[in-house]
Amino acid sequence: MPSAPIVEFSQVDFSYDATPLLKAVNLRLEPGKVIAIMGGSGSGKTTLLRLIGGQLAPRRGEVRVQGRAIHRLGHDELYAMRRRMGMLFQFGALFTDLSVFDNVAFPLREHTRLPESMIRDLVLMKLHAVGLRGARTLKPAELSGGMARRVALARAIALDPMLIMYDEPFTGLDPISTAVIANLIRRLNDALGATSIVVTHDVEASFKIVDYVYFLSGGALVGEGTPREVMASSEPFVHQFVSGETDGPVRFHYSAPPYGADLGLKS
Amino acid sequence: MGGALVRGLRLVGRLTVNGVWQLGCATRFVALTLLRSALTFRRPRLLLDEIYFAGALSLIIIIVSGLFVGLVLGLQGYETLKRYGSAEAVGTLVALSLVRELGPVVSALLFASRAGSAMTAEIGIMKSTEQLSAMEMMAVDPFSRVISPMFWGGFLSMPLLAAIFSAMGIFGGYLITVVIIGVDPGAFWSQMQANVDLREDIGNGVIKSVVFGAAVTSIALFEGYDAPPTAEGVSHAVTRTVVTSALAVLALDFVLTAFMFTGV
Repeated sequence: MPSAPIVEFSQVDFSYDATPLLKAVNLRLEPGKVIAIMGGSGSGKTTLLRLIGGQLAPRRGEVRVQGRAIHRLGHDELYAMRRRMGMLFQFGALFTDLSVFDNVAFPLREHTRLPESMIRDLVLMKLHAVGLRGARTLKPAELSGGMARRVALARAIALDPMLIMYDEPFTGLDPISTAVIANLIRRLNDALGATSIVVTHDVEASFKIVDYVYFLSGGALVGEGTPREVMASSEPFVHQFVSGETDGPVRFHYSAPPYGADLGLKS
Repeated sequence: MGGALVRGLRLVGRLTVNGVWQLGCATRFVALTLLRSALTFRRPRLLLDEIYFAGALSLIIIIVSGLFVGLVLGLQGYETLKRYGSAEAVGTLVALSLVRELGPVVSALLFASRAGSAMTAEIGIMKSTEQLSAMEMMAVDPFSRVISPMFWGGFLSMPLLAAIFSAMGIFGGYLITVVIIGVDPGAFWSQMQANVDLREDIGNGVIKSVVFGAAVTSIALFEGYDAPPTAEGVSHAVTRTVVTSALAVLALDFVLTAFMFTGV
């Protein structure tokens, strides 16, 4: 019997305006797994994370986290639920006026009444887990892109969340930093007994660490499976995406009138 | 002809709808800011930091500007009153001009330029770099933790800055007319004491600065929060803060003056 999903989407539609961004999306994310949501830019991946975090509400359908419809929760219940989530933003979203130490200490100071000596120990443990215990006094402006994301990761796990969301964690990183972040995602997920959702378009880095993959295209789910299954998929979009082909359902040219007509060669 | 009329009507309609929409968003924003103020007063450190940022760091510009405005008022007032043989009344003229009008209005304009623009930029950049979103996802309400303390910091600083501006202006007027020109100091101070009313003049001046403080701080914070999350969006929001605040202060000043001093 399958375990109860930690996140479940049922027929979810979402749009900011008249153009639909997500169309009838159904998802079941099992606890303890690292799950990748893949798709091209603008396919609605980040929107999916914001729906799980309750920052957006679906137009139709339901998003349930631990069995509760997140968009129907009141302010206090929603914030209580968010205390059990961690989110790594694309560029870290560190507080620029605080040091590395104070950034990681921020959620602990806001949500607990722990003495400062205990907060110090906890922050150093989280920073040690991401390999940046020695960078505690630095300001975000002094960090490289990879280091900033590791600090943000330490901050995201400060309250030992049950669900960790990663928004494009590999974007703009060199291969070494990419590998470091990928390993951290897997290790931290297993160490915390959490569930991780990684929104990415980096096939190589993510396939090494994830248990299951969903593919989004044009706001709809077009494929899913384990990395091994999707590598062998014959679904045209999935095949084009994982093999990085230039020709396929995703076209090189943006929709335009006929070339000849545009150049005035034909009527 | 008909097409132009329809286009014109459409434009008016769109501008009206946008204006009402913006006004609704701003009202909701201010209401949320006020409703989520409890943390600001439970953690006075948050409030003190914002008073330091909005108030203490604005002191230099307020003190220097107040002094120069007082010097000019003293000079102009003395030259004009001398023609009517009542140069001793210059103290009254300087004090009334400052506490009724120039203190609240000029310090609000300076406050909008120094502290208001900085508030807009800070909130706008926090939003565009997803710091506010990150805070929400850490279950920390940005309204309680960042926006409300900023509002109360600005709101409480503004009347104090206006009072310091007026005091420095009076000191400037004293310097130029009594110390430099040689007006009798006894007449300068006694005329001021006799003709400036605590409730009518100083009280109304304080009310003005409180209203201006609320208006400028609300405009600055809303513009930052409402800014598109791009460099261009934030820079336009800062410009809008200064322009809208200046217009709001001048318009509110007219309305308040009409009610307070003319018995409308």
